[in-house]
Amino acid sequence: MKILLGLTFIFLVISFFADRKKTFTGIRKGLKMFLGLLPTILNVLILVSIFLYLVPNETLIKLLGKNSGITGVMIAAVLGSVSLIPGFIAYPLAAILLKSGATYTVVAVFITTLMMVGVLTLPLEAKYFGMKVSLIRNALSFIGALVIGLIIGIFL
Amino acid sequence: MKKYILRIAETEYMLFILFGIFILLAHSLNLSSGKIIQNNFWLFFTEMIAFLPFMFILVGLFDVWFPKEKVEKHIGKDSGIKGTFWVILLAMLQAGPLYGAFPVAYMLWKKGASIKNIFIYLGAFSTLKIPMLTFEIGFLGLKFSLLRTLVTLPVFILIGKIMEIYLRDKYFEIRQPDLFRKDKK
Repeated sequence: MKILLGLTFIFLVISFFADRKKTFTGIRKGLKMFLGLLPTILNVLILVSIFLYLVPNETLIKLLGKNSGITGVMIAAVLGSVSLIPGFIAYPLAAILLKSGATYTVVAVFITTLMMVGVLTLPLEAKYFGMKVSLIRNALSFIGALVIGLIIGIFL
Repeated sequence: MKKYILRIAETEYMLFILFGIFILLAHSLNLSSGKIIQNNFWLFFTEMIAFLPFMFILVGLFDVWFPKEKVEKHIGKDSGIKGTFWVILLAMLQAGPLYGAFPVAYMLWKKGASIKNIFIYLGAFSTLKIPMLTFEIGFLGLKFSLLRTLVTLPVFILIGKIMEIYLRDKYFEIRQPDLFRKDKK
């Protein structure tokens, strides 16, 4: 986050000295896009907040720690796809999962679907790419995550 | 009064307003569920507001400063493996959840990036961001992180290729969600 903040600031300063008018046009364009997207983002965040209440971390650990084999992998894939957990929560959670007996495959599948597949963010993605293309991208990423998990399982 | 209610119901902020009412009700009734959901929402909201506006400002600046021909030359249809390298590098330097990558993807598309590179960008953004990798190494170890990166890289490049082949003969565009458009279903 800090990198992004610093980067924005540096670019803003450079841009401002190079061309003031262009800079303001750029900022206005960017903020307009942000405001256009804000209601959709808020809706997604509301859905995620409610989801996280319904499926708290303890439930995730219970579901993923014990279940192994294909069942465990499938549960991990589905949970990872519908959840939207920020990295600073997801990684400590993944470490706990490993400690409580989950296999590397399960953890890798969970983390990868968490990052690449977003069911709750589909409305947001569809605004840019259209629903059909978004669904295909998510489906391919879902399959890809399973492959990644299986390969990691072979090595670890 | 009725007119105003109808107008609010038409906007995309409907769910947000209902959510606000729910939180207020939960507070007055002292429901624990409301408090937990509110805390969750606040956590996600602060995460979002700390990076997304800046991301959009960068996208806006990128729009006014980088000419289409230049971008197209580097990451467009004929950019080859070098173009792929550039989009992966760009994605790795960023931060935040995947939905922050969509506006960037739109801007890259507008400037002439190839379909393959757009989807490779999304793949790299979701799995190879440096701020996220540092977290991963810290909690799961360098070995896991390195292996995951090496396995993930070819997978999302392949996804980019598949998307390109699939969309090659179709009319595909990335749209910008419009500020004043009404979504009527």
